[in-house]
Amino acid sequence: MAAEKMSLAKALNESLRKALETDPKVLIMGEDVGKLGGVFRITDGLQKDFGEDRVIDTPLAESGIVGTAIGLALRGYRPIVEIQFDGFVFPAYDQIVTQLAKMHARALGKIKMPVVIRIPYGGGIGAVEHHSESPEALFAHVAGLKVVSPSNASDAYWMMQQAVQSDDPVIFFEPKRRYWDKGELDTESIPGPLHKAAVAREGSDLTLAAYGPMVKVCLEAAAAAQEEGKSIEVLDLRSMSPIDFDTVQTSVEKTGRLVVVHEAPVFYGSGAEIAARITERCFYHLEAPVLRVGGYHAPYPPARLEDEYLPGLDRVLDAVDRSLAY
Amino acid sequence: MTVESTAARKPRRSSKRTSAAKTPAKTPESSGPQLVQLLTPEGERVEHPDFEIDLSADELRGLYRDMVLTRRFDAEATALQRQGELGLWASLLGQEAAQIGSGRALRDDDYVFPTYREHGVAWCRGVDPTNLLGMFRGVNHGGWDPNTNNFHLYTIVIGSQTLHATGYAMGVAKDGADSAVIAYFGDGASSQGDVAEAFTFSAVYNAPVVFFCQNNQWAISEPTEKQTRVPLYQRAQGFGFPGVRVDGNDVLACLAVTRSALERARRGEGPTLVEAFTYRMGAHTTSDDPTKYRADEERVAWEAKDPILRLRTYMEKQDLADAAYFTALDEESEALGKRVREAVRAMPDPDRLAIFDHVYADGSPLVDEERAQFAAYQASFAEEGN
Ligand SMILES: Cc1ncc(C[n+]2csc(CCOP(=O)(O)OP(=O)(O)O)c2C)c(N)n1
Repeated sequence: MAAEKMSLAKALNESLRKALETDPKVLIMGEDVGKLGGVFRITDGLQKDFGEDRVIDTPLAESGIVGTAIGLALRGYRPIVEIQFDGFVFPAYDQIVTQLAKMHARALGKIKMPVVIRIPYGGGIGAVEHHSESPEALFAHVAGLKVVSPSNASDAYWMMQQAVQSDDPVIFFEPKRRYWDKGELDTESIPGPLHKAAVAREGSDLTLAAYGPMVKVCLEAAAAAQEEGKSIEVLDLRSMSPIDFDTVQTSVEKTGRLVVVHEAPVFYGSGAEIAARITERCFYHLEAPVLRVGGYHAPYPPARLEDEYLPGLDRVLDAVDRSLAY
Repeated sequence: MTVESTAARKPRRSSKRTSAAKTPAKTPESSGPQLVQLLTPEGERVEHPDFEIDLSADELRGLYRDMVLTRRFDAEATALQRQGELGLWASLLGQEAAQIGSGRALRDDDYVFPTYREHGVAWCRGVDPTNLLGMFRGVNHGGWDPNTNNFHLYTIVIGSQTLHATGYAMGVAKDGADSAVIAYFGDGASSQGDVAEAFTFSAVYNAPVVFFCQNNQWAISEPTEKQTRVPLYQRAQGFGFPGVRVDGNDVLACLAVTRSALERARRGEGPTLVEAFTYRMGAHTTSDDPTKYRADEERVAWEAKDPILRLRTYMEKQDLADAAYFTALDEESEALGKRVREAVRAMPDPDRLAIFDHVYADGSPLVDEERAQFAAYQASFAEEGN
């Protein structure tokens, strides 16, 4: 297939289809993933084509979903599970953190846990409580889990392929407010490794580092800054665990300035980790302290306030100005 | 994956086993001796050996009014969502009898732990219906003080509140009070670990709690068979307390059964599971499209069991209400709809700084700092003159 334009949601659907076709051990499990095709329709049509044995509607029990996926993986299957919304992963958190993440180490490497946990995450869709959270740091903090998030259709497609092929558990955060964004997808181009950051836009004055839903905001900010004569480089980290610090370092050595942007609360967030490591690696290249833009130390607010809570163009540009003012 | 070889060596031997496991046992029909019913779909009064009820004409008219007004409120909220005034709405259409019957069985000092769909129960508790709309409009996460009406906030995370109800009931028992607690949840929720743990705790501590499961047949797109292989009310037995299935579209039976379960709790005899066998006539929420997974005939069949129609038929047959009563109620319904519509349209957006309110009861320097930064940042736009 040549390059084609499709939505991020459709790219995921195509990717899951390919995974089911390629490997008979791949299973899809979750609430409403069958006939309904998931509440976001990411699994649309898959049960019809692959049957109820491969695309499994589960009871409404997240601990059960992940716990049984662990057992299926022990038996040689490669489950891809869907958690319906970010805020509903916590009933499964125990299974993910105390079991899934540690199994390989506990067995001295003798068993592998090729489980993918898909989680639509983040805000910006006007939803009610528990439907807009960004809990990536809670997972990235746990050794044994890979934590990734695509920002566009092409990455969604390829990163899902790589996640399914990984012998480690992957928490696959899908930026739900980008589901309907269309992008170019080339199903033949060979992607870089799953953890590799991408330079989404080249620039020389400052580096913006983001992932998932915030990449688009950062690209818009860079375009706006361009009009004021500022040259901003935008990095799409793609992976929050591990983080490709080499790519960030290379960029910061060039620009001398770094602003990290994410939706999740800044306090104890991935921005803190990046700021600390980059300060260690690039101390003599930095012209300004690494700044962070993100959510507040408050529960995700009701929908009518989410535009205030989420970093938008203005807040990113404000941080750019503050950094450049040093 | 290292276990791949094991799996390859031992393929699933019997295809028979797979196919047998694939056919889920259907839960029994919505009739028969295990279903407590006091008012048939045709509006006939019937007796049940274990549950009786004797209501005055006034009380019957009251139940009817409750159901009609609740349905009207629900319809208005659905319309408001369609008009963009609400972000989402979870309709209770079809579940009025289960909610009004159980809600009217409660005493003021009882405590209610709802899901996100208990608009009829909220009505019975005296919560102003417009207060229920704040979270669906996106201006707050609750909108009422749970202690004013002993009606806890709506809980969206499935099944969580059954544990809160159990703990609250354990506290009631410790206090030596004779109040009871009721926890609402759905058939889908019955699969959650939290619900099993609530059953365990309530049984072990003999907590005065009634678990009121509205089996509306669907958890979004999944039918009850995807949650259980035995009728839900039978679950209770394994935990050591009684379970009863009631016709959830029969307001009299729901009232009688819930009342009896609450009295049992008050007497110190512990929990009861009530399964109200009912039907979600609309979509799961306004975001859902039931045509993807559900046949229309099913809804049509359940429409014949409509909880409001059947009570009306009974009242008309018994001459319990005249045309003037029904006309007045129609007018009251319209007035309620109008009041709700106007209240929602007038509902202000919260202050921006509300993001930082009530994060901690004790306050927090971190939150104070972020609030100050946020305020200064917002103010900078005003200074720029826009
Ligand atoms: C822990 C958790 N997982 C998933 C969801 C998403 N979700 C919301 S309602 C629902 C179905 C609930 O079905 P049921 O318990 O039968 O109650 P009903 O909505 O039918 O009244 C699901 C899966 C959730 N709210 N919480």
